[in-house]
Amino acid sequence: MILDGFGPLILAGTWVTIELAVLSLLVAFVIGLIGAGGKMSSNPLIKAIATLYTTLIRGVPDLVLMLLIFYSLQIGMNNITEALHAPQIDLDPMTSGVLTLGFIYGAYFAETFRGAFLSVPKGQIEAGIAYGLSSWQVFHRVQFPQMMRFALPGISNNWQVMLKATALVSIIGLADVIKIAIDAGRSTYRVFFFTLVAAVVYLVLTTLSHVVLVWLERHYSAGVREAEL
Amino acid sequence: MIDIIQQFWRAFLWSDGYRMTGVAMTLWLLAVSISFGFVLSVPLAVARVSAHKCYAWPVWLFTYVFRGTPLYVQLLLFYSGLYSLDVVRDHQLLNAFFRDGLNCTLLSFALNTCAYTTEIFAGAIKATPHGEIEAGRAYGMTPFTLYRCVILPSALRRALPAYSNEVILMLHATSVAFVATVPDILKIARDANSATYDTFDAYGLAALLYLCISFILVALFRRAEWRLLAHLRPMNTEHDGHRQRDLSPSSKNKDVANVQTHG
Repeated sequence: MILDGFGPLILAGTWVTIELAVLSLLVAFVIGLIGAGGKMSSNPLIKAIATLYTTLIRGVPDLVLMLLIFYSLQIGMNNITEALHAPQIDLDPMTSGVLTLGFIYGAYFAETFRGAFLSVPKGQIEAGIAYGLSSWQVFHRVQFPQMMRFALPGISNNWQVMLKATALVSIIGLADVIKIAIDAGRSTYRVFFFTLVAAVVYLVLTTLSHVVLVWLERHYSAGVREAEL
Repeated sequence: MIDIIQQFWRAFLWSDGYRMTGVAMTLWLLAVSISFGFVLSVPLAVARVSAHKCYAWPVWLFTYVFRGTPLYVQLLLFYSGLYSLDVVRDHQLLNAFFRDGLNCTLLSFALNTCAYTTEIFAGAIKATPHGEIEAGRAYGMTPFTLYRCVILPSALRRALPAYSNEVILMLHATSVAFVATVPDILKIARDANSATYDTFDAYGLAALLYLCISFILVALFRRAEWRLLAHLRPMNTEHDGHRQRDLSPSSKNKDVANVQTHG
């Protein structure tokens, strides 16, 4: 066989990569919404913390942050469990990968969401309040669906960047498609071929997500009239 | 913390005594890849927007592949992948080139940033107002002169904000260079970490250095944008603009002056 029997392993690695990317997206999405809320908050302290978070995180390479957070997270956990005289909790690479990627890309999502929230016309929110909606209802029924249309190009971009950043998690020791491809290449002496396989896997993943994102964009732009040139 | 700084400050900044390391190495990686990327991407962007499919299509494929795969994988492909092939090892020149981790790193970085920059420039060229191009043609410019004098000067300026973003991202991307044993900031941080086991401080110091370089680059690009995109700056017509024009001797009529400023 062309893959020397490494086919199932590579498929499993691909699945790990997808899982990591999707879970980190969820974490980043939630952190991004909170961060955007913080940046638009009227409380100066919350605003300062949120701004510090987005500025610092976006100014440092994701790989450096990943190493920093991955090791510090484990050491911090050890300190806590030691103080409580509890057994040591070992963070597996997947959990820390998700938390780290989510935390890093949450900063990028926060900027995207902030811009999108500001693009929703004020009148829409006022109309919601005038109808007697609660602030949660205004967010959930009025702001969020309209914000998503403005945020989608930014979200697509962030997703594609994050999908490619998952490759770095193999450096921390996660058995994703890259790590398996490297191991397979070493054991069969076909390093070039197996690295190429990993590259093709990523190319397929980015192509598929591009198709989905174009579809989503069409879905969220329903009812928007575009001027034809 | 003080321990690491005392022991590694020189390596973090420019040299470990034998070779260029740390900040100097990171900046060198950035400068070389960005300049090669820029020089290659301008003709590629012109080809990318060409009406001839035989020029546009290969460039599209190149940017598609290099933008669709992680830089880490590309680096692995050039560094450990290519060197494992007998074709490369048996060829004297290729062998000498790919044996050095720094060469592989620079090659993959330059190609990667070239792909992104090509798309940025191609987008800017496409957004050139068609009136400018038609005016150039009406003056009898050849396609080369048209690009040299009309399209490229304006398109490259308009691409500056997106381009500055790409440069910052490239700075961050240089941190994967340690995979090819290039002694950049992160490699020194790893060395400091394994020497002192002071993980947080070692990587924290690296993060701080990257942060400083990012801020300096952002400030430089802001300045460049302010100067080079002066013609796209919103005019402050509310106060100074009107007063100055009213006082100028050529504008006898206030309305004419206004039409001219807004036209």
